[in-house]
Amino acid sequence: MAGKSKTDQTTKTKFLQKVPTGISGFDEITFGGLPAGRPSLICGEAGSGKTLFAMEFLVHGAREFNEPGVFVAFEEKASELATNVISLGIDVNELVAQNKLRVDYVHIDKSEIEETGEYDLEGLFIRLNHAIDSIGARRVVLDTIENLFAGLDNKAILRAELRRLFQWLKEKNVTALITGEKGEGSLTREGMEEYVSDCVIVLDHRVANQISTRRLRIVKYRGSVHGTNEYPFLIDSDGVSVLPITSLKLQGTVSTERIGTGIPTLDAMLDKKGIYRGSSMLVTGTAGTGKTSIVASFANETCNRNERCLYFAFEESADQIIRNMLSIGIDLQKHIKKGLLKFHAARPTMYGLEMHLVQIAKQIKEFKPKTVVIDPITNLITVGTVNEVQSTLNRLLDFLQLSGVTAVFTGLTPSLGNSDKGDEAMSSMVDTWMHVKDIEMNGERNRGLYIMKSRGIKHSNQVREFIITDNGLVLQDVYLGPDGVLTGSAREAHKIQLEMEKQIQEQQLIKDEKELELKARDLDLKIQALKAELESAKDKLTANHQEDNLRKQMIDTQKHYLLQYRTGTTVKIRPKPKK
Amino acid sequence: MIKEKKWQLRLYVAGQTSKSVMALKNLKQYCETHLKGQYSIEVIDLLLKPQLAEGDQIFAIPTLVRKVPEPMRRIIGDLSNEEKVLVGLNIVPIDKQN
Repeated sequence: MAGKSKTDQTTKTKFLQKVPTGISGFDEITFGGLPAGRPSLICGEAGSGKTLFAMEFLVHGAREFNEPGVFVAFEEKASELATNVISLGIDVNELVAQNKLRVDYVHIDKSEIEETGEYDLEGLFIRLNHAIDSIGARRVVLDTIENLFAGLDNKAILRAELRRLFQWLKEKNVTALITGEKGEGSLTREGMEEYVSDCVIVLDHRVANQISTRRLRIVKYRGSVHGTNEYPFLIDSDGVSVLPITSLKLQGTVSTERIGTGIPTLDAMLDKKGIYRGSSMLVTGTAGTGKTSIVASFANETCNRNERCLYFAFEESADQIIRNMLSIGIDLQKHIKKGLLKFHAARPTMYGLEMHLVQIAKQIKEFKPKTVVIDPITNLITVGTVNEVQSTLNRLLDFLQLSGVTAVFTGLTPSLGNSDKGDEAMSSMVDTWMHVKDIEMNGERNRGLYIMKSRGIKHSNQVREFIITDNGLVLQDVYLGPDGVLTGSAREAHKIQLEMEKQIQEQQLIKDEKELELKARDLDLKIQALKAELESAKDKLTANHQEDNLRKQMIDTQKHYLLQYRTGTTVKIRPKPKK
Repeated sequence: MIKEKKWQLRLYVAGQTSKSVMALKNLKQYCETHLKGQYSIEVIDLLLKPQLAEGDQIFAIPTLVRKVPEPMRRIIGDLSNEEKVLVGLNIVPIDKQN
């Protein structure tokens, strides 16, 4: 164990020490910055940003890392240099006054110089040494040392002297950055890369489809791991920022938290809970299918949760979206006032795809939103080629996922084809993919929403009709007809039909009931009549009985009387009382 | 004789290197030949006064600077080529003056 830790110790001491440049993103791709105490080379075409990069290296060093720097300018005078960078918030004169920076302009004019015989560049060494010692500099920039070659004829001496210079810089233990103009067939005009072999950075300024993009690549970094890709970089009012939006590893924390989409019926399709926080959602569809409405709902919902949302609009202006969303009952203005929602509207052709992504990443870093909406992402695709798009979108998604930002994109698909390059590029990368499709039936177009995929979420496989109402978005239940899902007026017609059938049935029931009732009453009446008849019959019968009885009595009486008469006894004629 | 020396020359060196010694020797010889009595030579050792290097835009050693007459001219090297030095300093060789 002890032995092992000892070897660890020794390997640790051997590790290359690095000096942070302070340039946003650059220190990430180099895992720490430039090699400490060694010269590095930065080369590129004219106007690629070399001088600015170098100046920032010094300024950040002076301001943030307490490392004063010397800027040896072979091209521009100190005053010109100061003027050039002041627009980027760098006050050279102030730093010079504070003894944190020293600018030494080496003027080389071939017409003023005559060469005779042997010489060396000891003068330059002495100047540099003096400058370094006078402010205790830790950083040195030589911009652009190759100008010596233009001013002096004896190349052999120059080469030998430059080799000596770089060696000397190493011995001096200053971190040096040497700029070099791009040459034909080599990185620099005079092959400086041969001398400075520790770290070589190439800046590029390419124009594709009339859109220029700045890119940075680390060609070589001896003794260190580094990102080898081309990274887009930006020069804006904050200076240089490199965006390492290619994560080198596929990792990052994932959340199991679910967040609503702002459309309850849509959440219902996603296992009633919505999508995972930090995941990505793509809504594709043809023009006018309501993609923006869906993502605006999502943005609205995010803000309702008191979370920040950054909305990149590449098709409409912010005001347009706010107005349009108000018409469906989504008030985005109030979220803007609260500072929860921020719009960033730009024309896609304003700059290249990479630059857009750089911009997006920069804005995200500044605003720190929980949700990012890009509407539509396919507009960005128009400014790049398929391959470019694929890789850059991948980077964007990586970046978003690493930042734990929930990303929502819309993608425009052409009305006929099933998929286009946008789809291909995006669909495999996103976590949830929804597709809004026009369903054309009975002379009308309706919207059907499908969930094509949703990683890790049990989602409905059914098509829902997607309706935009005054109060937001609603997904209607599925109505199945003989031709599949019924939408629009067909669905309404089907609904009416069902309603009608129901009513007819009810009517029929009432009618039947009534008939039965009538019949019952009829029978009742009949029963009454019969009862009456029965009653009268009974009455008659009784009357007859009485008559008979009476008659019988009468006869009996008469008989009795007659008998009496014959026998001579008198009998009162009196009828027997009736019961 | 002219009170102000017509030619004010400065030779920048860095220590007593062979190139510096050679340059000074050569310079003295040319001046004696062509500018006798009209010149002054100031030798500046940058190892002793490094702060002076910036003012005269010195980067190579040895460098000969002609301060006067204007315009300022600079000649770098050990000055081994007489013709070039004279052209560089804009001195008309003495033998052609006659």
